[in-house]
Amino acid sequence: MPSEEAPHGTTVVAATFPGGVVLACDRRATTGSTLSQQNPEHVFPADEHSGLGIAGAPGPAVDAGRLFQSELEHFEKVEGSPLSLEGKANRLAGLVRGHLGGALQGLAVVALFAGWDKERRKARLFTYDATGGRSEEAGFAALGPGSVHARGSLKKLHGEGVSEEQAATAVVQALHDAADDSAAGGSDAGRQIPPVVAAITEDGYRRLEQAEVSRLVRRVHEGRLQLPNGPQAPLSQAHPDRRTGRDG
Amino acid sequence: MSTPFYVSPQQAMADRAEYARKGIARGRSVVVLQYADGIVFVAENPSRALHKVSEIYDRIAFAAVGKYNEFENLRIGGVRYADLRGYTYDRTDVTARGLANVYAQTLGTIFSANAEKPYEVELIVAEVGADSSEDQIYRLPHDGSIVDEHGSVAVGGNSDQIGSHLDQNYREDMSLGEALKLAVAGLVRDGSGGERELTADQLEVALLDRSRPQQRKFKRVAATQVARLLGGSNGSSSEDEAGDAEDSED
Repeated sequence: MPSEEAPHGTTVVAATFPGGVVLACDRRATTGSTLSQQNPEHVFPADEHSGLGIAGAPGPAVDAGRLFQSELEHFEKVEGSPLSLEGKANRLAGLVRGHLGGALQGLAVVALFAGWDKERRKARLFTYDATGGRSEEAGFAALGPGSVHARGSLKKLHGEGVSEEQAATAVVQALHDAADDSAAGGSDAGRQIPPVVAAITEDGYRRLEQAEVSRLVRRVHEGRLQLPNGPQAPLSQAHPDRRTGRDG
Repeated sequence: MSTPFYVSPQQAMADRAEYARKGIARGRSVVVLQYADGIVFVAENPSRALHKVSEIYDRIAFAAVGKYNEFENLRIGGVRYADLRGYTYDRTDVTARGLANVYAQTLGTIFSANAEKPYEVELIVAEVGADSSEDQIYRLPHDGSIVDEHGSVAVGGNSDQIGSHLDQNYREDMSLGEALKLAVAGLVRDGSGGERELTADQLEVALLDRSRPQQRKFKRVAATQVARLLGGSNGSSSEDEAGDAEDSED
């Protein structure tokens, strides 16, 4: 059961596209039902070719992220070559599992890890539960209090052959849906605090400029003024092979 | 029981210094130069895997000559020191000066400890700043002293001749190509005053490039790009596409 005292929760979402993966998080942390932080950043680079999204108790979550960054960089410098993406994903599982005691006391840390796999030449996406259980996700994933709604949204909006910009739009739509339907989370257009959106491709981790993100957010908001529930997915499947299902 | 010979402390230290210097003089040299966009490290090193120049932290790099196992040990110690410090405090709290002090302590202790032989190494620790006036280069000889260097510095086998050539020809704000050519012109000098041939394949080149957008400014330069920067005269053939993703010509 989550603690009422410690701030927790932002929603983190991710979606792949053929050349990479986009990661995004909204910018609100809640303590109980109070908005406690206006601008936390829970998506950040793990190294130059991978990124991390964390949700849960921010203290241990941010610290686990920092430790993870340091470990990846340390390995790379000592060995002269970076860890494989598989190796990075396994190491993060160990770090999250190391916090299991905290999770049992109500301060769970959950994480989402995405990166470019140089050997397989594609982007890959992993999620971690509070016990450090690692699972590789196909297509998209979501984390945090609004994740149920975000995942439902991405299921309908995200397709396999999308461009980077379409994937970025899909995650912004998903964050909007998550904020729409849950008490926690949401972005803050009035205060100019758009969500954090980052793309990871073969060229590395790139955080989208604030202006770029604001433009995406504005477009989504304008669309929602017409259709408050967002874009409508077709009822019958016109191109069944172009959609990613959670079951493959 | 026989009485051991008396050896004066001066003589003991002179012997140890002589031992370390001879060991270092056997190795090939490393040249470090400031250029317009940062600091370039050039080492004569036929190995692609066993590096003489390495990254320590965001803006700090390390170069060494002498015995590989000894300076590799120091390098890993330095990486550990820097990463731990950056994790505990902040990335900006890791400085070349701090690291050079740690190395000086380590080398000095080993040099004067009777039980150990002195390390046969000479190190360079360099940090690239926001502009060339903030660049720092420290040279650490085998005995644990620190020398604050500016512009250009050479360590290793033939460092005196190479160093004097660099001093005579060094200018501020050289381009990368010019700095690299000067470094190679120094490295080809041998002890007897003659010159050898050095191809791009025999060089290990790395940069601390302040114009690199990433937080980590260290970057290795592939042999094909080195050949191209040297104007194709030293490489076997200069290919247009270097192996690395970034372009750092000029």
